[in-house]
Amino acid sequence: MKLHIRNGRLVDPRNEVDRPFDLFIAEGRVAGIGGAPRGFAADRVIDATGLVIAPGLVDLAARLREPGLEYKATLESEMLAAVAGGVTSLACPPDTDPPLDEPGLVEMLKRRASSLNLARVYPVGALTAKLQGERLTEMAELRDHGCIAFSQADVPLHDTQILWRALQYAQTFGLAVWLRPQDPHLAKSGVAHDGEVATRLGLPGIPPFAETIALATILALVRVTGTRVHLCRLSVGESVDLVRAAKRDGLPVTCDVAAHHLHLCDIDLGYFDSRCHVVPPFRSQRDRDALRAGLADGTIDAVCSDHTPVDEDAKQLPFGESEPGTTGLELLLPLVLKWSHESRLPLVKALGRATSDPARILGVEAGHLGLGAPADVCVFDPESYLQVQPAALRSQGKNTPFVGYELPGVVRYTLVAGEVVFEREPGESR
Amino acid sequence: MRNPQLDARGELTHLLTLEGLPREIIVRILDTAESFVGVTEREVKKVPLLRGMSVFNVFFENSTRTRTTFEIAAKRLSADVVNLNIDTSSTKKGETLLDTVDNLSAMHADMFVVRHSTSGAAHLIAAHVGPERHVINAGDGRHAHPTQGLLDAYTIRHYKRDFTALSVAIVGDILHSRVARSLIHALGILGTPDIRVIGPRTLLPTGVESLGVRVFNDMRQGLAGTDVVVMLRLQNERMGGPLLPSAQEFFKYYGLTPEKLAVAKPDAIVMHPGPMNRGIEIDSAVADGPHSVILPQVTFGIAVRMAVMSILGGS
Repeated sequence: MKLHIRNGRLVDPRNEVDRPFDLFIAEGRVAGIGGAPRGFAADRVIDATGLVIAPGLVDLAARLREPGLEYKATLESEMLAAVAGGVTSLACPPDTDPPLDEPGLVEMLKRRASSLNLARVYPVGALTAKLQGERLTEMAELRDHGCIAFSQADVPLHDTQILWRALQYAQTFGLAVWLRPQDPHLAKSGVAHDGEVATRLGLPGIPPFAETIALATILALVRVTGTRVHLCRLSVGESVDLVRAAKRDGLPVTCDVAAHHLHLCDIDLGYFDSRCHVVPPFRSQRDRDALRAGLADGTIDAVCSDHTPVDEDAKQLPFGESEPGTTGLELLLPLVLKWSHESRLPLVKALGRATSDPARILGVEAGHLGLGAPADVCVFDPESYLQVQPAALRSQGKNTPFVGYELPGVVRYTLVAGEVVFEREPGESR
Repeated sequence: MRNPQLDARGELTHLLTLEGLPREIIVRILDTAESFVGVTEREVKKVPLLRGMSVFNVFFENSTRTRTTFEIAAKRLSADVVNLNIDTSSTKKGETLLDTVDNLSAMHADMFVVRHSTSGAAHLIAAHVGPERHVINAGDGRHAHPTQGLLDAYTIRHYKRDFTALSVAIVGDILHSRVARSLIHALGILGTPDIRVIGPRTLLPTGVESLGVRVFNDMRQGLAGTDVVVMLRLQNERMGGPLLPSAQEFFKYYGLTPEKLAVAKPDAIVMHPGPMNRGIEIDSAVADGPHSVILPQVTFGIAVRMAVMSILGGS
């Protein structure tokens, strides 16, 4: 299949391109930029007039709920949601049932995912067996079967000794460890940011220092082990300062933020809106502003969807009893664009945080459209706004606090390895 | 975002919290309650305002006392009353909170009086049943206990008349207290200039000042010159953990004794939402003493709950 995408605006953050260029694709890769390679005869021409041609998005956290949690979502539904959102590569956390702690499980997931011919799936392996925080997994073996990093997902690791040993062991093989900083004791039984809103609503709080204390612990262990650590889902402004200082000291750390944390804060809980029950919790406006600034200045490397499909019944409960999580794959691009508009950032810079930067963290050949790169492409209309409607979402997770929001950015075509895996007529809803 | 307990015309359809309620609505409830106090003293203690209506007391958390006052209030308004104590057993069977509510709605409940151990439960139920049925929050987690806040306000008005010159101290476990939160909102809306909370730092929620209160850790300083002292119940399970070392130490520093009360105004009143822990948060000499209005609170509570039910049922 040879494809010619014409008349579009090519935005390729890694190669610092933002100008009208046609894109030529052959054999699953970028074959020409601006001009066709010699003898190129397109099987299909896509008219991208008024559209942006960008690398497919790379999402560092999308829960596909397989194996084990198929009542919440299935690979079919969530992989379709991914490409409908322009996401062509995604990392899935190990908190499945059972957790991704054995090569067989990882192989099965990879095989199921690749048979769908949609987005590329990169499993993150469990750091400890069954995520119980006691016994290390066979990390090297899991790496050989395709795990790109190791993590506890949101399951707490109580024992700092084990964390230290896990980092040492990972470093032995040069493996990356992904950690969401949260002190399990300080966060115990909390469901919302410990601040004025939680006090008013009578919700048990998670103090901001539950994150910063754990973060300081992790950074101290990185200093002694040298392990490459990716810090997941920062939610506190002070965390951004800690990471900034750690990077200045040359520590091998990167970090990300969830897209919804760029826009919402604890005030959005309103009258106990369980769609705002997320992990980590929405914090203060000041924290949110620090996250936005940190992502803009590059202290925060990447933005992810933290896609977590939750069934309706699990949200129809009093706030503290409801299951945390929000659907995100189809809102990642719109939320990144909204942030970039509001922060007056150049599109090429903003998109980098959802393409080339996360690809660098994953360590995979994705997230850019240089000559010869895999033709994973997202063609979207940056000027169109669509209202978020649960019924229109492909994901089985329909819960999002953004229901009713008018958000910019409508994905028109998604390509993976040069094949059109998703296309949407103009005027079709999100 | 519309206040979920008011309809489009600003009339009360549910009573979920006192926060954000217009002053006129609170005053109307207190005035209506005043008219009912007479009823409760008559020989025939009934008025026909809710005749034919069904009131379901749905208690997911046990409370004989509060449930009883709601039951009496509903019966005095001639409503049919159904009491349901739903412990976690039905939840264990897999029935969700809203399943339970749907089932009761199908039995033609007109009004739900709901108590639940999780903050926000009453809001969830109110949003689910819609405006045709009325929900009264009888206590949700740490969040709100609006009829308690109203009966406290009623009691204060009864003895002190004017809120705009008062100094009110609330003492003890503010962190876990829905009673404190509701009273703070009521007092603020009614124009109380000086609301104080007193307790050790472990029992004060983060940013409590944002509710419009002054914080005192020393009880004598906090009680100095106050007109009203509200003691909160201290749950036994708070003792001997990370929040408090012992009942003895708590009583020594935060229990209300005649000596500590002496720094309040000479005509100060002492309140308690009950049930009391004598010797832990309050000394019997105070609980049974001349400043105590703890038993009148209970009596007023019935009139206040009648007022709330009649206003909701009549809307």
